[in-house]
Amino acid sequence: MKKMIAGATALAASAFLAAVATPSMAEAKSLTLCWAAWDPANALVELNKDFTKETGIEMKHEFVPWTSYADHFINLLNSHSSECDLIIGDSQWIGGAAENKWYVKLNDFFDKNHISMDTFLPATVVGYAEWPKNTPNYWGLPAMADAVGWTYRKDWFAKPELRAEFKSKYNRELEPPKTWDELLQVSKFFTGKEIDGKKVYGSYIYTERGSEGITMGVTNAMYNYGFDYMDSKKPYHMEGIVNSAGAAKGLDVYKELFNCCQPKGLTNAYMSEGLDAFKSGEVAMQMNWYAFFPGLAKDPNVGGDKIGFFKNPAGPAGQFTQLGGQGLSVVSASKDIDDALLYVKWFAQPAVQQKWTDLGGASASKAVLESDAYKKSASYAPSFVESMGMVKDFWAEPLYVPLLLDMQNRVHDYVVANKGTSKQALDALVKDWIKVFKQEGKDPS
Amino acid sequence: MLFLENNTSGDLSPEASPARIGLALTDKQMTTAPAHSKKIQIASTLLVGARGLSDKAIAWIFIAPTMVLLLAINIFPLIWAVRLSFTSYMANLPRPLSFVGIDNYVDILTDEDVWDHFQTTAHFVISTIVLQVLIGLGLALLINHKFKGHSFWTTVILLPMMLSPAVVGNFWTLLFQPQIGPFNYFISFFTGLAPSSFTMIGSVDLAPWTIVMVNTWMWTPYVMLICLAGLRSIPDYIYEAAEVDRASSWRQFWSITLPMVMPFLMLAVLFQAIQSFEMFDMVSLLTSGGPGSTTELVSITLKRSAFEKWDTGYASALAVILFVTAFGAANIYVKVLNKVKQS
Repeated sequence: MKKMIAGATALAASAFLAAVATPSMAEAKSLTLCWAAWDPANALVELNKDFTKETGIEMKHEFVPWTSYADHFINLLNSHSSECDLIIGDSQWIGGAAENKWYVKLNDFFDKNHISMDTFLPATVVGYAEWPKNTPNYWGLPAMADAVGWTYRKDWFAKPELRAEFKSKYNRELEPPKTWDELLQVSKFFTGKEIDGKKVYGSYIYTERGSEGITMGVTNAMYNYGFDYMDSKKPYHMEGIVNSAGAAKGLDVYKELFNCCQPKGLTNAYMSEGLDAFKSGEVAMQMNWYAFFPGLAKDPNVGGDKIGFFKNPAGPAGQFTQLGGQGLSVVSASKDIDDALLYVKWFAQPAVQQKWTDLGGASASKAVLESDAYKKSASYAPSFVESMGMVKDFWAEPLYVPLLLDMQNRVHDYVVANKGTSKQALDALVKDWIKVFKQEGKDPS
Repeated sequence: MLFLENNTSGDLSPEASPARIGLALTDKQMTTAPAHSKKIQIASTLLVGARGLSDKAIAWIFIAPTMVLLLAINIFPLIWAVRLSFTSYMANLPRPLSFVGIDNYVDILTDEDVWDHFQTTAHFVISTIVLQVLIGLGLALLINHKFKGHSFWTTVILLPMMLSPAVVGNFWTLLFQPQIGPFNYFISFFTGLAPSSFTMIGSVDLAPWTIVMVNTWMWTPYVMLICLAGLRSIPDYIYEAAEVDRASSWRQFWSITLPMVMPFLMLAVLFQAIQSFEMFDMVSLLTSGGPGSTTELVSITLKRSAFEKWDTGYASALAVILFVTAFGAANIYVKVLNKVKQS
């Protein structure tokens, strides 16, 4: 009976406390930060505990899987939802976000708080903050620097019997490839070999059809063979640029790599499938975003001494790589814009940027990335810093989604489904893109 | 409520219509409870009004809520979609509608890719139906005979039909995995091919047949059920008469079974044709229309235009074309079906 009375008293007390506490909790300040669900997001949750400690503002997080990240958040922004106060949005969104006023323009705020864009890597400022591109109109703060890079099985490359076989076959040492020709050669060499009792493939490349995968992959070959988005002297003029002979050759090279050396069944595969293929010892080399490399470097099976990293190989037209990453923006529909700006100010501090990188994020701050300490901090760091200096990005127009889906469609049809020729695929892409730009009211002639 | 509360006569016979009950009670109430007289007067006025309504008017009052819902949920969106199909509206951009005439229709009907997707859909629909009818009728003929474990096997055969297309799409995707999927190992056991040497959903040649195979696996039990209903509806005496005439089993099948099952079979074909024509979820989960656009059905093209590219005007025009195609084909088919029934 005593127990029952004690239980009832405790229950009544907790109900009373809950009733009393609810109004005061509702008054507590909080901000919601929206991003994709992946490894760096966990690091950000850890980092944001410092912000809460310093300001008393609680940080809530809404992380959505990559496959629905763009759809989900673009719909929220477009409907002027106040669900997110802060958003780490993809680089391609910046045009639409600026023109549709989804983001708060940050120029005055930066001036007032002495936040200089000169302290960030130039490519990240153009990619994650500026619209129109290459003009000092800022809609975000570079938050997560990223680019496409490559991992390789260092232990396989070091096997004496494989090195000897490679040298006798190609008359050079078996080393991480520096050009796309070498990449093809090394991939073909490894494909079909039996290593550690398992048949392996040469390389893993992106082939995903639904969102952005194959475009984020194929551009790494196409840029380096001469592909560009438009005539630099004539904005939006694409004929002969997008479908140039060099661009078609780059597309052919990517297809050749897919045909010869991609593990069977990976015809609609993006980041996670690449990580799985590499971690399970199925491929010798893997294309993927640098954001995953801290995790891979620590992987108990393939990390440590077994893994090596190299930047995207060069081609006849130069050496570029696909820009990834995102900027931090304040959502204009937020009900707590002042607090959100306070967060941006806090996040831009050099010490916070350093801690962000230490926790597993990737600061775009020059002070952090270009320091000797960073370059020595991890095996992937030197190639990451170099990669961030050779990035190119996809269109960031307000209508980037149809532009991206058109490229996904044309490239996937050619590379994976063997439809037509590379020239036909790119000619069709130019037609598709001209139609989209006309819809946007721009003159692509 | 008022009328029933005051119905002291307890007369619930069909003749005691609400109006009659109400009126009778109103009179009684007027004498026994003057406090409620105002309320009763109002009710009385309403009833007198209702009594003046024709049966047709009362019928309209009853069906009006349904009609309003139907108009709001089905007809209005349809008319709205037709309107949007003549505009360049994009649902994700805050800009006004601008009319483009029949440009969207011209774009669709002159687009080679769209025609390719129609061809893919036709291949899917026809192959699926042929296989479903052949296998479904065969299974129905088997199940129609009583044998040991008859009920158990009927249940087993019906299982795929009871699953959600999303579940079917996901688990067949796993079954088809070249490295770990049991399907490749099953094929390997019989053919000697290495399991990882081929891919069902990643191959340009195999993927179109793969979606046909999975759809057939899922929906053949449905065709079988309808055929079974047809078989059970054939009176035994017809077969007995045929046996007296010494007709062979083959002759009985062609002259009795098939003609009498035909209306049921044609109904199954209609249902399955519509179901396959609008198929989206299972194929989307299995192949996403790939590799490339090898298995891109028009429903997937429609989804991509409407909810990925947000080209709402174009997507509405495509939806109208699909609606007209399905509606027209179904109408023609129903007329043929009626003729078969009459003959």
